[in-house]
Amino acid sequence: MTTVRKRYRIGALPWIGPAMAVIFLMVLYPAFEMVKTSFMSIDPTGTSHGFAGLSNYRTLFRNPNLVAVLERTVIWTISIVVLTVLISLPVAQILHAKFPGRRFVRYALIVPWAASVVMTSTSWLWILNGYYGVLNRILISFGLIQEPKQFLGSQTQSFTWLIVVAIFVSVPFTTYVVLAGLTTIGEDIMEASTVDGASGWQRYKNIIFPLLRPALLISMVINLINVFNSFPIIWVMTTGGPGYSTDTTTTLAYKISFRNADIAQSASMATINFGIILLFIVLFLKVSRWRDDS
Amino acid sequence: MTPQLTKKRRKKITGRKVTLTISGWTIALIFLAPYIEMMITSVKSESEILTIPTTYLPQHWTWSNYITIWKQLPLAQYLRTSIVVSLSATILVLLLAVPAAYYVGRNKFKGRNAFLLLVLITQMFSPTSLIIGIFREIIRFHLVNTWMALILVYAAFNMAFSIWILSSFFASIPVEIEEAAWIDGASRMQALRQIILPIALPGLVTAFIFTFISAWNEFVIALTIESSPAHQPLTVGLESLIGQYQVHWQYLFTGSLIAIVPVVILFAMIEKYLVSGLTAGSVK
Repeated sequence: MTTVRKRYRIGALPWIGPAMAVIFLMVLYPAFEMVKTSFMSIDPTGTSHGFAGLSNYRTLFRNPNLVAVLERTVIWTISIVVLTVLISLPVAQILHAKFPGRRFVRYALIVPWAASVVMTSTSWLWILNGYYGVLNRILISFGLIQEPKQFLGSQTQSFTWLIVVAIFVSVPFTTYVVLAGLTTIGEDIMEASTVDGASGWQRYKNIIFPLLRPALLISMVINLINVFNSFPIIWVMTTGGPGYSTDTTTTLAYKISFRNADIAQSASMATINFGIILLFIVLFLKVSRWRDDS
Repeated sequence: MTPQLTKKRRKKITGRKVTLTISGWTIALIFLAPYIEMMITSVKSESEILTIPTTYLPQHWTWSNYITIWKQLPLAQYLRTSIVVSLSATILVLLLAVPAAYYVGRNKFKGRNAFLLLVLITQMFSPTSLIIGIFREIIRFHLVNTWMALILVYAAFNMAFSIWILSSFFASIPVEIEEAAWIDGASRMQALRQIILPIALPGLVTAFIFTFISAWNEFVIALTIESSPAHQPLTVGLESLIGQYQVHWQYLFTGSLIAIVPVVILFAMIEKYLVSGLTAGSVK
């Protein structure tokens, strides 16, 4: 019995070993290295001065920007994830119905998904430009504003725009997931529910929506992780500024290490972030009922 | 059904269809807007870009921007880095993911579940969340300002996705096909290469395109570990224009479109598999 099992184990290794090695080396080891760094004393040149216990975490908790950044991260994550779903549901419903040009519209939705988020954000930065931006031109010609506005001038406004762009980037993937869900529901269920004489909205609420829930949950947790980790939108459009006023914990961690050269304090922020992501992943495994299909 | 009723019904459907068509095309317009604006700006002259109020369409279509950019920016260098790094990472992923996915899709072995769980969890990790650890590791291995660093990181973070999607493709191929080849005297490797891989081609293409695009668009890692322009990909090279005293928006967007158009076409090619791939392991 043991020999058989042993032979099997050796049998698997040449096949899965190399892939595992790369994952261990470039994903798991950096995770370990980051957590370790958060407990070390490291000077700005990157030289380590040994174990520092929890002192990096203490420094981080004394960081005057931390509380505001934490609050903002919660608003950032929740508002984007929720609004993305609320927008994707009707959009998917439209793309599921038949109309001339549907194929083209579906392809159009792929563009923000395939394009680099950095470049998409750059375009938004230009559209929102306070002097030369086309949004100002449009709003003025419709008489909605009298003179050009600095859309990214104040904290509240620029943070709102960051959220808008993040939703813009998240909707295509979410819509496609919902669309896939709608396709699996199948014509017969749709038709059967029409025959029952239920109104459109009742039909949606009682029959279609419950069937979409699994797909919706999965896409929400994936969005949760992506949005929480989101870096390029904020970095390109405001660099977390003015000051730290549009930072989330992800960009704050980046600033602490690569601008303030305090890599150990940054590692403690990143470790906390990483812990939160691990929680989201557990949530993902629960939602996807990973064990059920194995 | 009376003729009257059919008529009424048809009328109702057309009304609905008009609303649908208008909403559908509006959605398309909204999601294409930033790219349309990119395209318009990319063919404006620098002086026109800096006029107030801005023009909706270029007064002079300066198509020459697409030629002069190659002299104004080290675009060829950025492009070369993006191509070399993304292609190498993708090939590395396929070389390692195909055998792993094949074995997992075909065999029940001890530790299979643990391996799948490892893969699923790492699929959720993003390089952004581990940037500090990756940065320290790259310094330790003396890989700062090398292509190798990017290739390894991108390969590692895309391995999970490829293993997932490929193993489900392999698992769906009947084992009898393969057994027939073994009986004919083919080795396991030969059977995999000559029988299984051609059947699993859609899966291979999906894994290839997906990995390629995610490497092509990556930003944070490249921003952090590549400080020399010779090793910067398009994302980082073009973004560095924004910080400059005078931003050459036309070149910024010319370059961006050169980077975006090919990947959009690639993505559209695998449209069918996009969702199943991204939610791999969860929605069956």
